[in-house]
Amino acid sequence: MADKNNILDRYTAGARLNHWINAILMICLVLSGMALFHPSLFFLTDLFGGGTMARIVHPWIGVLAMLSFLGLFIRFWRFNLWTRDDSAWMRNVKHVVSGDEAKVPEAGKYNAGQKLVFWLMSILTILLLTSGLAMWDSQFGEYTTIDQKRLAVVVHAGAAVALLIVVITHIYAAIWIRGTIRGMTRGSVTGGWAWRHHRKWLREEVGKTK
Amino acid sequence: MSSLQSLDIRRRSATVTQSPSQREATEIAKLIDVSRCIGCKACQAACLEWNDLREEVGVNVGVYDNPHDLTENTWTLMRFTEIDVDGRFEWLIRKDGCMHCADPGCLKACPAPGAIVQYKNGIVDFISENCIGCGYCVKGCPFNIPRISKKDAKAYKCSLCSDRVAVGQAPACAKVCPTQAISFGTKKDMAAWADKRIADLKERGYKSAGLYDPPGVGGTHVMYVLKHADRPQIYAGLPKDPKISPLVEFWKGVTKPLALAGVGLAALIGFFHYVTHGPNEVQAEDEEAAAKARRTPAE
Repeated sequence: MADKNNILDRYTAGARLNHWINAILMICLVLSGMALFHPSLFFLTDLFGGGTMARIVHPWIGVLAMLSFLGLFIRFWRFNLWTRDDSAWMRNVKHVVSGDEAKVPEAGKYNAGQKLVFWLMSILTILLLTSGLAMWDSQFGEYTTIDQKRLAVVVHAGAAVALLIVVITHIYAAIWIRGTIRGMTRGSVTGGWAWRHHRKWLREEVGKTK
Repeated sequence: MSSLQSLDIRRRSATVTQSPSQREATEIAKLIDVSRCIGCKACQAACLEWNDLREEVGVNVGVYDNPHDLTENTWTLMRFTEIDVDGRFEWLIRKDGCMHCADPGCLKACPAPGAIVQYKNGIVDFISENCIGCGYCVKGCPFNIPRISKKDAKAYKCSLCSDRVAVGQAPACAKVCPTQAISFGTKKDMAAWADKRIADLKERGYKSAGLYDPPGVGGTHVMYVLKHADRPQIYAGLPKDPKISPLVEFWKGVTKPLALAGVGLAALIGFFHYVTHGPNEVQAEDEEAAAKARRTPAE
């Protein structure tokens, strides 16, 4: 549909690698974490070589995921600062959900929903990191009291479930809004996609090149 | 302990379905009569002997407690307290160790299927080959009993000599106690025996003598006769009303089904949205508008 001239760069190769490393680590964390969270999912530990191995690798994968997320945070935080338009967008989110984006303010590089996902992921990652360290007994067992560990396990489980729901939203949005995934796989999107979903960003990009 | 024992299992960690429950068994209990204990530590030695454990040689810091705390090798420990009770000096000695709760917090917290079991007779046992070493049992226990080994990262605690009990023997500590401060039998018999001892203590002036069988954890299969049952805390911090932490109850209770439901619902809402609204596709007009905007950027 789009001719070769009507393509915009959205993500550099570095950003794409960073994103997908994070995604793979997250999948490993979800599988090993859910296995230790719910007895009915304990069988998932077999993917990691058994219960003990899952217990050993989960926190190390967590450390890597945290570092990788830090990379994404540094790359994207400034594009995710909240503006007045975002509040207006959020108030009219029902139009977006029903596929009528004309009724909300034009979005920049990220719309308010994406910004919300970004900040929720950031906050939940910090919660998961701190509570995770407090329950990592084999490395830091002696630094926390049993009562602190009890609080940590509840926070860890709650934050993990919240993050998983945010991630599901993130993945669904990428599937639903056609033309989005190529931004993160090939690095580029069509002009029409940008016009339809991120018109303000399109105008900014056009302004830059001319 | 190993699971190859002739004891039926009542409950099994991280298992949602019921254990075989047709056969019945008599509940047993160990009764520790603190008023008869002389602090000889024969029980500690017998425990190490029977279970093939050895404790490291420690250092004396001026108290009789040796070692200073329960460890992965020391599953039972004499705790000594020097205290003034009603203006009279008393030397309290309590044999600490797993209480074998009817409602075990360790079992409730454990994520590994079958790593902690509760036998029909009331014994709560760690099946070490199933233990993954996460330390959740430590968070679940209201008595601070399980210890994680530095050698194999697995959790250890008193098994109430389940291997001895399975073949009709009393636990090693009870067998060896020279003053019979530790007795072992059915829970009913032990409660009746405790009543006699308490009556005797009351006659001798210990008005608040009583049995420690805390209802907050459904009762225990290790019980104490205490001279001062109204103040169990003075016995080296024996909790007055032990309960599984509400945080642990929450974590292992409603959180589990709620979390799965929440995640499932999120996925389902997404799917249903797609089915009703279809994909949000870029239209030809969008591409044309974009192409036009790119040709004439000066808006």
